[in-house]
Amino acid sequence: MTMKEIIKELKHYLPAQAPLKDFIHHNTLHAFQNMEFHKALQLSSEIFGAKMYLGLEEYRSLYAKGDITLAAMNRSIELVYGTGADKKEVIEKLTKGTFDCRIQARVGQLRKGWKEVYNLDMDSKVHPALFRFLCNFLDQGIALWGFPMVHMNFIDALRALERSSFVSIFNSGGRAHKLLLDTKTEIEDLLKIVVGNEAMYERYLFEQQMLHPGWSGLVSNIEDQPEALIDSRKITLQEVILFELLLEIDFLDQNKPDWKPLSSVYPVQLDPLFAEVKATELNAVMQTWHTAFEYSHYDQVMAALKSAPAPKVREKTDFQAIFCIDDRESSFRRYIEECHAGAETLSAPGFFGVEFFYQPENGKFYTKLCPAPMTPKYLIKQMDSREKIKTDLHFKQHTHSFIGGWFISQTLGFWSAFKLFISIFKPSMTPATASSLRHMDKVSRLVIENEHVHHHEHGLQVGFTIPEMTDRVYNLLRSIGLVDNFAPIVYLVGHGASSVNNPHYAAYDCGACSGRPGSVNARVFAYMANHHTVRSELSKRGLVIPRTTRFVGALHDTTRDEINFFDEEAIPLDMNPSHQLGQKVFNEALALNSKERSRRFESHNMSDSPASLLEQVRKRSVSLFEPRPELNHATNTLCIVGRRTLTQNVFLDRRVFLNSYDAAIDPEGEILTKILSAAVPVCGGINLEYFFSRVDNEKFGAGTKLPHNVMGLIGVANGIDGDLRPGLPSQMIEVHDPIRLLMIVEHSKDVALKAIQRIPAAFEWIQNDWMIYMSIDPADRATHVYKDGVMIPYAPPAMELPVIKDISKWVESSRDNLPMAILNNGGRS
Amino acid sequence: MITFLIALCSIPLLGFLICLFIPRNNEWLLSRLSFLVVGAHTVLSQIFILAWLWSGLHDINYIGPTFYASDNYKFFLSLYFDKVSATYLFVGSLLTFLITVYSRYYLHREKGYKRFFTTILMFYFGYNLIICSGNFEILFMGWEILGISSFLLIAFYRDRYLPVKNALKVFSIYRLGDVGLLLATWLSHLLWHENITFEKLNNYSLVHDHISTHTVFGFFLAIMILLSASAKSAQFPFSSWLPRAMEGPTPSSAIFYGSLSVHIGAFILLRTSPLWENQISARVCIALVGLATAFITNSCARVQSSIKSQVAYSSLTQIGIMFVEISLGLHSLALFHFAGNAFLRTYQLLVSPSVVSYLIREQVYNFQPHQEKNNFTFMGRLRTTIYLLSLKEWNMDFLLEAFLWRPIKTLGKRVSFLTDPLGFTIFIATSIAIFSAILFNEDVPFDLTRIISPILAFLGFVMVVKAFTERKSAITSWTMVTLNHFFVAGAVLVMEHFDWEHLVIYLSGVLLAWGLGFITLGRLKTMEKSLSLNNFQGHVYSHRTLGTLFLVACLGLTGFPITSTFIGEDLIFHHITAQHLWMAVFVSFSYVLDGLAIMRIYARVFLGPNNTGDHAVAYRSS
Repeated sequence: MTMKEIIKELKHYLPAQAPLKDFIHHNTLHAFQNMEFHKALQLSSEIFGAKMYLGLEEYRSLYAKGDITLAAMNRSIELVYGTGADKKEVIEKLTKGTFDCRIQARVGQLRKGWKEVYNLDMDSKVHPALFRFLCNFLDQGIALWGFPMVHMNFIDALRALERSSFVSIFNSGGRAHKLLLDTKTEIEDLLKIVVGNEAMYERYLFEQQMLHPGWSGLVSNIEDQPEALIDSRKITLQEVILFELLLEIDFLDQNKPDWKPLSSVYPVQLDPLFAEVKATELNAVMQTWHTAFEYSHYDQVMAALKSAPAPKVREKTDFQAIFCIDDRESSFRRYIEECHAGAETLSAPGFFGVEFFYQPENGKFYTKLCPAPMTPKYLIKQMDSREKIKTDLHFKQHTHSFIGGWFISQTLGFWSAFKLFISIFKPSMTPATASSLRHMDKVSRLVIENEHVHHHEHGLQVGFTIPEMTDRVYNLLRSIGLVDNFAPIVYLVGHGASSVNNPHYAAYDCGACSGRPGSVNARVFAYMANHHTVRSELSKRGLVIPRTTRFVGALHDTTRDEINFFDEEAIPLDMNPSHQLGQKVFNEALALNSKERSRRFESHNMSDSPASLLEQVRKRSVSLFEPRPELNHATNTLCIVGRRTLTQNVFLDRRVFLNSYDAAIDPEGEILTKILSAAVPVCGGINLEYFFSRVDNEKFGAGTKLPHNVMGLIGVANGIDGDLRPGLPSQMIEVHDPIRLLMIVEHSKDVALKAIQRIPAAFEWIQNDWMIYMSIDPADRATHVYKDGVMIPYAPPAMELPVIKDISKWVESSRDNLPMAILNNGGRS
Repeated sequence: MITFLIALCSIPLLGFLICLFIPRNNEWLLSRLSFLVVGAHTVLSQIFILAWLWSGLHDINYIGPTFYASDNYKFFLSLYFDKVSATYLFVGSLLTFLITVYSRYYLHREKGYKRFFTTILMFYFGYNLIICSGNFEILFMGWEILGISSFLLIAFYRDRYLPVKNALKVFSIYRLGDVGLLLATWLSHLLWHENITFEKLNNYSLVHDHISTHTVFGFFLAIMILLSASAKSAQFPFSSWLPRAMEGPTPSSAIFYGSLSVHIGAFILLRTSPLWENQISARVCIALVGLATAFITNSCARVQSSIKSQVAYSSLTQIGIMFVEISLGLHSLALFHFAGNAFLRTYQLLVSPSVVSYLIREQVYNFQPHQEKNNFTFMGRLRTTIYLLSLKEWNMDFLLEAFLWRPIKTLGKRVSFLTDPLGFTIFIATSIAIFSAILFNEDVPFDLTRIISPILAFLGFVMVVKAFTERKSAITSWTMVTLNHFFVAGAVLVMEHFDWEHLVIYLSGVLLAWGLGFITLGRLKTMEKSLSLNNFQGHVYSHRTLGTLFLVACLGLTGFPITSTFIGEDLIFHHITAQHLWMAVFVSFSYVLDGLAIMRIYARVFLGPNNTGDHAVAYRSS
């Protein structure tokens, strides 16, 4: 392989996390998804030395508690050991056998040589230096003195710095200095000096970069998507490797002047990094345990879906609300329906099918508001905002200067003591809070309609034309099956989150809006659907929205359980009563929802009233000392694409992504394909990131967030010398159970299979078992599961499911995962 | 008032002791206890300060019970309270209380919840002891407690490599500071022939008479105080430890390295000001150190691209200025400055994670593209030079490494023959021969001791250097650091009159600690097969109790105030006369290394990544 190909291959294996402001969930092990799930896990464990499942003892205690059922265990044994296996014997081994659980990593085996031969700890000196240069070069606004010559490529900037400065970047002088200044120096030249043997180059580079995956991954990402930085930089992984090799040469020259290339002093025979791993007994055991753990959950879910009574037909629909598919909205919807029988809820990905860039008034940059892989052609501008941006002197630069610091510490310093006191005993919203409402000023105006097709800014069309609007409204409403029976008010509820002291704030917002709140999208869609001309165009296509129906955009803050409505003043008088009813129902449901969420927070007393718990939840979102403002997607395991009637009477414990879909208007599954092409990567990405961050929170997750230090506004690290920590912090995943996503589609098995096969990227996950795919037939609720190219019948074992009479009591019963259950709310069903 | 003051100092100690006995997983009780202890202490402190202000700001001096006395040596409890103590008590109690309340929630479900609060209480006890201390001995006691609690908090995430590495690094700088203080104590003994209290230092004629007759000693005393103050307050050239101490949970970094701990250097200067105020040369030195620090750390602060290191360096700039203020005699200003800086930096560190959303949002509205500058004019080149130097932290680390640590390591390699069985046996045999020759022959001619004493001191030094660089066996290294104490004791005691009693006081603690350490390491070795020192092994992961026991042994051996060795150490120094300044320097240096070698054993055996079980292990780089 040429060096270019090696680096390209290497980039594939690095973490794909973007800078903090654009946190997007993705499969941590995306490089291995062309392999069967368990095989991929085994291999990556071998490569990275990572843990891939829960601990053996954890599974055993789950089994002892009954959380892993015997039925699931039997199914799992058949799957792993074959149908002929002696189940008793296997269970005996699983529960009592002793195994060597130590994990050895392949990465690092070659570089270990420096320590073994020369007793030099190279990484402990080279890494901090490398990280410091990288962070200063990429810094987005922390440092007061920016990196000189930052408009150049990384390596050119270093060269210019080295040439213009009176001191050298390097400590040993001489060789490294000359090599850097020589523009003809290539990676190969340096590898010849450092490694020697050409056959070892690839291995050396992979190990070198994989041992600090945080920075390498981020650079690789910025290289591919320079627009991810507000203040853009030109940098490539190749330049980083070049510089790191120079730092290594410098280090060796300084500490061991007579050193020799690694391969000449440390000749070792190593397994290739990606060589297949022999299946071990332990691996089969872990795989069995894990599959049994998952099926214990799946069985319950499917049994509940199959046996839940169908909800009564609504006599009159007072209002409808379209939510995001987000799992955090699933319980909120349940309470809305419970509080008011005349409410109908639906869901679609939270950008509501309208993709665009957004520019806040006076904002100097555009923000993408649609799923990350899309590249919109439209721009939505905000006007007439009345909001003032509040500032906080504590983040100001003169506190760090000589005289300014002297003055400020003796004045503002005492004010800080007071602020600290207030923020601990009476937390409230401050400029430091990342609030979902600040995304868009409620009273501002948006330019949504395109005035003339030539109205462009920076290559983007300002606003949408009538046909473009019509398409979007038509597509969304049809995909969720809302084509008739429109209520007087249809809410579009986007969602966002508020937190303080949380560098991962973007991960809490709407994933379908590239990690931003969904307020603008909700408002834009409502505008389109209310548009007179759009409606008449829609009726030409057979979608008739009555004049008595009004769409209203809203934003649900999932942390604070707060809701805000947009353009309320424009609601016609005759729909106002419905809106007032809607508001009342929403407020009631918010309090109940905050109560259900509170059961996961140990400091909240579940016997408090919902109103008081709502207050506590809100306080949490503005408390500096609260590392868990909310739990985000933790505990997610399911995605159900189907009608609400399928899930309305089932308690799925906030574990489910729900996407509305009506098979009746889509016999061929074309709409289904469209839905799956968005839902599979989004939900699967979230699920797999939580999965791997949970099983190995140190290597795939970010570890505990308590010591995190913000680096250059683009990432977090521990202390000041550490590598960036991609993945999720332990506070986000600690209550999560690593269970692969179960994707359930309400359609016949054949259409379900065809629909997913049309999307090769999504289908790869299903083929390789990174996601479980089941269908449930709308006609008879027959269930099938994908296995080896076909949908085979799947019948959950017979089980007694709890029936919930009083949901409020039910959620008080435990702080842990609750079993799936049947909802039986008096007269509702 | 005095009883009140004693109570104030003992509340945190009481809390710490109770905390030790609370079960690890009882979060509720731990947090309640810390809240009550620190809360009560804070309220009482404010009342005390008010009462003290009311009664007219009279300095309070208290001479307590004597722990040990012989000849002109007296080790006694002594407390002192004046406006410096009052300011430090006010700021310290308020911040500790706020941080405790903050951490109760922040650390919820964190592994090491108990460890955190125990260490905070231990720190708080040390802090109070320092600021209320009435003589060098008590000050030193608090100083040691502060040092160890710092080490434990930096290494709070003990299963990762970097926190442990940085904790050792900080500990090594602190240890240098210890020497400054130890020598300062020794010099004050020499000058005044008693364990002088801080109150007596205010007696101008007493202090001035002695110092003006011993100008060299006076200057040396001032420099030693400056050394310890600089080490503790991360002044030039030690500044780079401060940002690296930010490895623990954010609130602990905020209180330790943003505010309280790092300002203790300034406290020492204020407290001992009568000793150096009349020496212009000393004042110039202090001002220069402060000024150099202010300039260097300010340039470092400007290039930091990580939020915590930025705050750390900014804080240091202000402390540098405080040193200047103190050297100019502007004590009240310095105190005011301290309070403001401590509050400001604590708050800045606590809200530091918010910087992402705040600054990104601000950027969206106020972004200014970079101005291209010509970097190849003279001014441009100067600019890039300063940039690069600041980015490399003015090579401060490199200098310490090249001039301090590397020579020691090289020396250690030279004497590696000592660990060969043969070399070791010969070495021990000769040493014992020398020892017994002195001990059991009362008639050793005086001339002989002149030679023997340096030899013994040197042998002890060799021992400790070897222990410091030992890579193979933890137990060998442990034994060598212990032997060092024997040699030091021998070397010092043969110089003048030999005192068995002092020897016993000194060595009894050493032996006890050695025994405990030997047993724990032995047990661990039988379970884990090998105990090399080549890598961090993190055995505390599966051997929690052994880890704690060994830590106690380490503390005992380093002269932590839990055994008689703490007094013994002071006593031994007391035996060194003014003619043997070299001896004092030599002994203190081997004392620095001894402490380092001991903590190195603890860290390498018990801390760091542990690869022996079924659990996630972080990358070394993280």
